[in-house]
Amino acid sequence: MDLIDLLSISPVGFLVLWALLVLLIDLWLPRRFKGVTPLFASLGLAIDLGLNISLSALQVSGFSGMMRLDGFAVFLNLIFLGSGLVGVALAYDYLKRMNAVRGEYYALILFSVCGMMLMAQADDLILVFLALELLSIPLYVLAGFLRGNLLSQEAALKYFLLGAFASGFLLYGIAMVYGATSYTNLTSIAQLVNGAHYPGLLLLGAGFILVGFGFKVAASPFNLWVPDVYQGAPTPVTGFMSVAVKAAGFAGLMRVFILAFPSLSSDLTPLLWGLAALTMLVGNLVALLQTNMKRMLAYSSIAHAGYLLMGFVSFGNGAVVGSAVSAMLFYLLGYGLTSFAAWAVVIALEQVDGKGVSLSDYKGLGKRQPLLALTMAAAMLSFTGIPITVGFWGKLFLFRSALEGGFIGLVLVGLAAAVVSAYYYLRVIAMMYMHTGEPEVRRDGWLNLTALVSALAVVGLGFIPYIILQAVSTAVIQLP
Amino acid sequence: MFHPLILITFFPLVGVLLLLVIHSEQKSVIRWTAWGTSFITFGLGIWVLLNFNLSDPSIQMAINQPWVQSGRMTVTFQMGVDGLSLIMVLLTVFLTPLALLSSWKAIQERLKQFMILFLLLEVGMIGVFLAQDLVLFYIFWEFTLVPAYLLVGMWGGERRIYAAVKFFIFTMAGSVVMLLAILYLGLNQGTFSISWLAANHQLFSGAQTWLFLAFALAFAVKAPIFPLHTWLPDTYTEAPAAVTVILAGILSKLGAYGFLRLNLPLFPQASAQFAPWIGALAVIGILYGAIVAYYQVDMKRLIAYSSISHLGFIILGIFAMNPQGVTGAALQMVNHGLSTGALFLIAGFLEERRGSRIVSDFGGVWKVMPWLGGIALVVVLSSVGLPGLNGFVGELTILLGAFGSSINGFMVLAVGAALGVILAAVYLLRLFENVFLGKLFIPANNSMPDLQSREAVLLAPILLFIFWIGLYPYPFLSLLNPTMNQLSSVVLAAAGMK
Repeated sequence: MDLIDLLSISPVGFLVLWALLVLLIDLWLPRRFKGVTPLFASLGLAIDLGLNISLSALQVSGFSGMMRLDGFAVFLNLIFLGSGLVGVALAYDYLKRMNAVRGEYYALILFSVCGMMLMAQADDLILVFLALELLSIPLYVLAGFLRGNLLSQEAALKYFLLGAFASGFLLYGIAMVYGATSYTNLTSIAQLVNGAHYPGLLLLGAGFILVGFGFKVAASPFNLWVPDVYQGAPTPVTGFMSVAVKAAGFAGLMRVFILAFPSLSSDLTPLLWGLAALTMLVGNLVALLQTNMKRMLAYSSIAHAGYLLMGFVSFGNGAVVGSAVSAMLFYLLGYGLTSFAAWAVVIALEQVDGKGVSLSDYKGLGKRQPLLALTMAAAMLSFTGIPITVGFWGKLFLFRSALEGGFIGLVLVGLAAAVVSAYYYLRVIAMMYMHTGEPEVRRDGWLNLTALVSALAVVGLGFIPYIILQAVSTAVIQLP
Repeated sequence: MFHPLILITFFPLVGVLLLLVIHSEQKSVIRWTAWGTSFITFGLGIWVLLNFNLSDPSIQMAINQPWVQSGRMTVTFQMGVDGLSLIMVLLTVFLTPLALLSSWKAIQERLKQFMILFLLLEVGMIGVFLAQDLVLFYIFWEFTLVPAYLLVGMWGGERRIYAAVKFFIFTMAGSVVMLLAILYLGLNQGTFSISWLAANHQLFSGAQTWLFLAFALAFAVKAPIFPLHTWLPDTYTEAPAAVTVILAGILSKLGAYGFLRLNLPLFPQASAQFAPWIGALAVIGILYGAIVAYYQVDMKRLIAYSSISHLGFIILGIFAMNPQGVTGAALQMVNHGLSTGALFLIAGFLEERRGSRIVSDFGGVWKVMPWLGGIALVVVLSSVGLPGLNGFVGELTILLGAFGSSINGFMVLAVGAALGVILAAVYLLRLFENVFLGKLFIPANNSMPDLQSREAVLLAPILLFIFWIGLYPYPFLSLLNPTMNQLSSVVLAAAGMK
């Protein structure tokens, strides 16, 4: 193991060690100092953020081509670490409220982030599988973190069972790809199948891998677990999952398919086209029927996976894949910020026993809590894609790259889906501002900070999206 | 930074910032701050007018800053003003302070938010009229939806939420297709600059049929053109009076403006090809709006349907495509803003006094309100198109344009539109008669006060312009003529009709 190897794994390695430290420290802390654990966990995430930023100019490949640290990985690492910070900040008061203050929460979040970063950096299918397991297993535990709550237990079990299925699919796919090519390294696979002729087993393997990721990013028809898990899991975990797991799933999807399977694109494109269209339509149409905020946002997160898949359809087209990847990265960041804002408000209103999460509980929030309501309104408009928010630019770039790939029909489906989505997002705004009510709200400094920063970013980046564009233009996957 | 167009677009934001720091209980401070802001914006409009070269038909005071660059796509912050933009901006900055004044007593609840949203709406509308980049245009266009949605939904009548959502979804459904066309143009031509695209429209003439239809759908919903008008009566009726004035006076013009600014110059052949169809829909709208208006019992709903009818004239003028047609349409956009704005204001005054908008709740009220009745008569006649008042000038020019148009079938359409003028006289005069004339048979109407000073201040400027445009339209036409003549000649030449 030389210096390059160490460098390539440093963001993940550091956080693994820190997570172990968090576990140890929490064990030795006396009860009245338990509040230190989240601070300490945040510190680790923040240091890793700095580490990633300082490494952002690097282009290194370590462990004989298994790990890669490049702009793409760094950009996604920042999203994962940011989500981790939000997951910690939002949980601080929430866990107290739910009588579930246990230090493991923070260590588990950190471990999950490690898995995600590993996913973004993996250059080998074996590592992709390991990363998926490392990011998922802590989340199975976190989903059931509210032990006494039946919904939370259900969420954990459901997530575990379907997650195991997803892992199975992925592993089968990897085995088939290995059988067809005798490689697990992404670039080696691509070199071997560079041409129009490839064994059918490879296509089948790629299909299985797609299904595996489809579960993780919550693409339809692999989305059936999403609403129950999002509803049952502790809300900070839901917020963390809805952003970070999706980003990790797309990170893996982009890495694997763009590097290893570009020559399969003519066969996979119709499949991806259908997957994207179905996901956008199912997510948005079913969201119309929801009366529970957590379930509505769950379906909305499915819909957003659909938009992202729309950008991904042209993954094999060398001429536009660069703009597609940068559009997806931009969208992931915008979606992440918007989600943080939305989930922060959901947490502020949620009470014990699952009260306060119904849509009608938001009645009158505009009068009682102007700033929280404004945060939620900005999030809803950004989810819809209304100017001038970061969500508008995200959709613009995604539609642009789908159009560049020549998928005008898919763009039309996406636009229609966006119009449908306006209906249920506006309903939240209508509840907050056009009805009267006395919502009960509980907020602490960390939640306020998260809501404020995300809302400002959602609106501010609407004016200066080019700041992110500069970052994503260097974050494109380098083809060998 | 201190470019006149940037100043006029974003100046209302200064008011928004001020309002944010004012305590929400200081209602009169809030009112005056908002009103002062909109009044200064009006002053800025006059300043732009003074700096404007009337004889130059092209885009003036242009700003062109690169904004967002991504791959082959560059969005520029590009603004500029020509005769058409300027007159629409002037209408906007003129009507906004008046509309704010009309809300003086009507809006008591959540006043601060109301004023903030109103000023944001003004920013969006001015931006649409000044944007010279397609994406920037779209941004302002979509942005106006948010404050308009909230204004209708938060302060509207009983069915306000339904109306607000309908308005939002209809407009958005129309405009997302326009977004697709915008992206297509930008990707294939490498620029979103409207003037560049207009000058090089032959480069994308192969795709212009569907591009035309994509843009037309967005504008047809907004204008609205029959049969896409169904959101309008609900929205206009449910919105609070001040917002209805803006919706009917300015927001509905965004659609007509879009046709003139984008559809005609960018897709001239397709415009000529579709002109008979759109012209026919416009005339159907004129007649349909008039007939349905006749049967309305709610004043606001009646005026809303009369709006559909009048907007049909504007669309007809635009697609006559000759100089008279487009100039008349542009002038009628202003006229309709003034007349319908005033009609909605008066309906609002009556509603404030009586608590009802139903025509049969009134009758003979001229006796108790001679001043308001007199003014209402002038406004109604202006809307009917009586010679000597503003509506006549616009409608006559449009009809002349339609008769003289070389587009197939416009002769017949002009006859149909002329019939619409007669129908307008029937339903509007009947409205006036049922409200103001006859016997004062409802005792509750006896105690209604006549015109108040605030209301007089409100209506006087509109009346001034109603007479001014009607008696001496020259200054307005000389502002419009160079731009509109050039627009028409370029478009007709490109469509091979000259």
